[in-house]
Amino acid sequence: MKREVERTGVFTRRALMIGGAQIATLGVLAAKLYQVQVVEGDRYATLADSNRISARLLAPPRGRLLDRTGVVVAGNRLNWRALLVAEQSGDVAATLDRFAAIVPFADHDRARVERELRRHRRFIPIILREFLTWQEMARVEVHAPDLPGVLVDVGTTREYLFGSSLAHIVGYVAPPAEQDASDDPVLALPGMRVGRAGMERRHDAVLRGRAGAVQLEVNAHGRVIRELDRHEGIQGQDVTLTIDAALQRAVLGRLGEESASAVVLDIRNGDVLAMASNPSFDPSVFNSGVSQAQWVEWTSNRRAPLINKAVAGLYSPGSTYKCVVALAALDAKVMSVGETVNCPGYLDYGDRRYHCWSKGGHGNVDMRQAIKVSCDIYFFESARRIGIDRLAAMSNRFGIGVDLGSDLPGARKGLMPTRAWAAGRGEAWNIGDTIVCGIGQGRVQTTPLALATMAARIASGRMVVPRLTAGPAVVAESLGVPERGLALVRDGMWSVVNEQAGSAPLARLGPLASPSFATAQMAGKTGSVQIRNVTREQREKGYKSENLAWEFRPHALFIAYAPHDAPRYAMALVVEHGNAGAQAAAPIAREIMIDTLLRDPGGQPPPRVQARS
Amino acid sequence: MSVFERRLLRDANFGLTGKLFKVSWSFIALLCALASIGYLALYSAAGGAAEPYATRHILRFGFGLVLMISIAMIDIRFIARLSWLSYAVGVGLLVMVLRVGHVGKGAQRWIELGGMQWQPSELMKLALILALAAWFHRASWERMGNPLFLIPPSLAVLLPVGLILKQPNLGTAVITAVVGLTVFIGAGVRWWKVLIVVGMVGAVAPVAYSHLHDYQRARIDIFLNPESDPLGAGYNIIQSKIALGSGGVWGKGFLGGTQGHLNFLPEKQTDFIFTMWAEEFGLVGSYALMALLCLIVVGGMLIALRCRHQFGRLVALGISMNFFMYVFVNLAMVMGAIPVGGVPLPLVSHGGSAMIMVMIGMGVLMSVHVHRDAEFGGGDDDGFGPRRFG
Repeated sequence: MKREVERTGVFTRRALMIGGAQIATLGVLAAKLYQVQVVEGDRYATLADSNRISARLLAPPRGRLLDRTGVVVAGNRLNWRALLVAEQSGDVAATLDRFAAIVPFADHDRARVERELRRHRRFIPIILREFLTWQEMARVEVHAPDLPGVLVDVGTTREYLFGSSLAHIVGYVAPPAEQDASDDPVLALPGMRVGRAGMERRHDAVLRGRAGAVQLEVNAHGRVIRELDRHEGIQGQDVTLTIDAALQRAVLGRLGEESASAVVLDIRNGDVLAMASNPSFDPSVFNSGVSQAQWVEWTSNRRAPLINKAVAGLYSPGSTYKCVVALAALDAKVMSVGETVNCPGYLDYGDRRYHCWSKGGHGNVDMRQAIKVSCDIYFFESARRIGIDRLAAMSNRFGIGVDLGSDLPGARKGLMPTRAWAAGRGEAWNIGDTIVCGIGQGRVQTTPLALATMAARIASGRMVVPRLTAGPAVVAESLGVPERGLALVRDGMWSVVNEQAGSAPLARLGPLASPSFATAQMAGKTGSVQIRNVTREQREKGYKSENLAWEFRPHALFIAYAPHDAPRYAMALVVEHGNAGAQAAAPIAREIMIDTLLRDPGGQPPPRVQARS
Repeated sequence: MSVFERRLLRDANFGLTGKLFKVSWSFIALLCALASIGYLALYSAAGGAAEPYATRHILRFGFGLVLMISIAMIDIRFIARLSWLSYAVGVGLLVMVLRVGHVGKGAQRWIELGGMQWQPSELMKLALILALAAWFHRASWERMGNPLFLIPPSLAVLLPVGLILKQPNLGTAVITAVVGLTVFIGAGVRWWKVLIVVGMVGAVAPVAYSHLHDYQRARIDIFLNPESDPLGAGYNIIQSKIALGSGGVWGKGFLGGTQGHLNFLPEKQTDFIFTMWAEEFGLVGSYALMALLCLIVVGGMLIALRCRHQFGRLVALGISMNFFMYVFVNLAMVMGAIPVGGVPLPLVSHGGSAMIMVMIGMGVLMSVHVHRDAEFGGGDDDGFGPRRFG
């Protein structure tokens, strides 16, 4: 029993020691826990957040382009995309292989991805595929465990609701060039687009907006669990255009199959209501990538679908220019209103003979008659008397050969030659050069937009400036051209269309089913621009331009405004290689003017400026 | 023996009601509290759902509780008689698991039985405790001084430890060895002899390291420098520490743990359940859980101290130590203080067979408590050879 007591004593001592050691050990662990949870707690809290939080930039929604009535002409549409974050992917090549097995993945897409992988930092998501269908998206989601680093997100893509009818004005967006992307980190975002042409380019800074950021909670596999925080950034602002999309579509329709362009202006404020260039192209193709074949087709097409002929096509103004020559002659006091010039069908000056379009001549014509029948001899003689520099000064006032301040990228200002200009080029300027300018041939070159502007300025006597972006109402200042001369020219233009033996009877409007414009009359001026000089031999053989090959036929032009008594709308039309303005251009111009008057876009409430969605 | 003592003895030996009266219900209450924490933690580990872990966990615990109380009713002397038999069965199972066991995580550890995977090493630890207690129960003071008397129990420890190492299961082998050593110490083996044994093990350790499997060596290497392999084996430790640390003082709130819910935390329902708890309830919650675990260990030690026979004392000591070692290895592991070892937190981690084994051990512990005053034969014997109890 004594031994048992002794043994119990030993056990008790040792059990207490062991128990003490156990409690001490737990105490050490408790201290360690304190160290981890409290002393280093902040550090680990940060690590936990960096584990779970993944910050991404958000591409701001691009602002929309609206027409003057608020109709969206360039909007945004949802676009499901598969992105790859290389950093989360591990073996990128294997992931791409598996991705290609799941959804269609073209080789050139893969080449692009590999190129971008080298270019971007590894945490920047790179687009594998865009425009995924629902099925493709579902397949990618289902295979997510096999596709580390691949995520599906929804972005927006540009949608051009009027397609080719507004392509040249709206322009298009495309992925930013590499040097752009290095300037602004937002541009490095997948799916980011910048305006490359048209109003998309002109207003890119406003439309683009400012990037937002989103903080996402991701799990250990990189899957997004939820969104923690989101700054939407600043949405790009909407921009309202002066265009009336419905009229635009109608005008383009009137151009049919011709290689032609037409511009319709609101005379009061210079709003461009329609600006058509035919043929056109589908701007959405640029968004997803243009195929080589498509590009070759566009660039080799002699009708140049990619060029906006209304602002970038240069044409001699032809006989439409005679209105300006008449005003210049009055201004220079080299012709008086009633003074007549005899037209025998030609004018000999120096060692050259200048022919009138009318072989038999017009006889004695005064200024009004000369405009009405488009007598060349009268204007040859006028130009000779005016001289090129005075003619150029007057032309510039009417928008010929000057920068019109057009807000459309790619607009050209044309050319109005002067002696100084010729001297600058080291060329001699001969009086013969001035004479051919009198009928809008020779060196003088202009665009359909400038021609429409010229018509608007003749009709109003004011410095109408064309604009494509809607703005506050403006009252253009006076041109400073005496009203008497303007009235004479307008009367001449009226007679072109509405009088017996006028040169463009096919442009007569007739009664209209419109309350405000029921009896409106149109004033206009034809033009036919020779591409090649007609030789004496050709004339003797009975030259007919209709027999020429298409590309050598003269361009057909027409400028007009209506109503004659209270001008509201001005327009210009160029039908490339259309032969004669009276036949090829005037009927189309009549249709366009009727469309315009019936729709009366300028009579509708003023456009909302920079309207928000 | 006084009349009073005889009455106590009768009460202890006869009458189920009397035995139930002697069960330490406060100790059982502690176990229930621990299992409840397990329920909450597993509910959270499933992402805020009772399925698939929490419900099964609490059902198993209920079953284990019945099992525990049933075992507590068994006379400790009967259990003592089964000591060496259970030891033999344990060794047999360990040999079997090496031949036909399931391979999991690079080691053969499991035997499939009754739809659950059983680790024979768990049974072995209990059997070893019983066998060692039975051996030392009859050891007289003189005999304890005889070094030869210590050789059989030492071999009894080394045999299962060797078999477990061969699986290989480093963590359980170490726990088994420590538990065995604890029984030696409790039995009164002289300290210098204990130190010699420990010293010898320490000397063998580097040799053992070279014979370790690669994955075990990797664990030790990464333990020494977890950041050396942030995405590989060190990932678990780093993520566990991030989870613990980000919990802070008050935690992220129930179901609010990001590390656990976003799957950064590996094996969160088993080995890293403590981390899950600590992330959501912070230092306060983890201290509360540690305090509870500590109380259970202390409760086991008190049962040992209050037992009036050497067998029961040593068994209670061994079982308490076993429980403590579980707790220590698991906690130290998730804190990154020792290499990751695949040791669950008893009654909290998900896992059926482990819980049943813990509850069987608790049943034996409670049987010691119920029969703390039982009169034992066989003490202070003076001969070698098989002993009879009772």
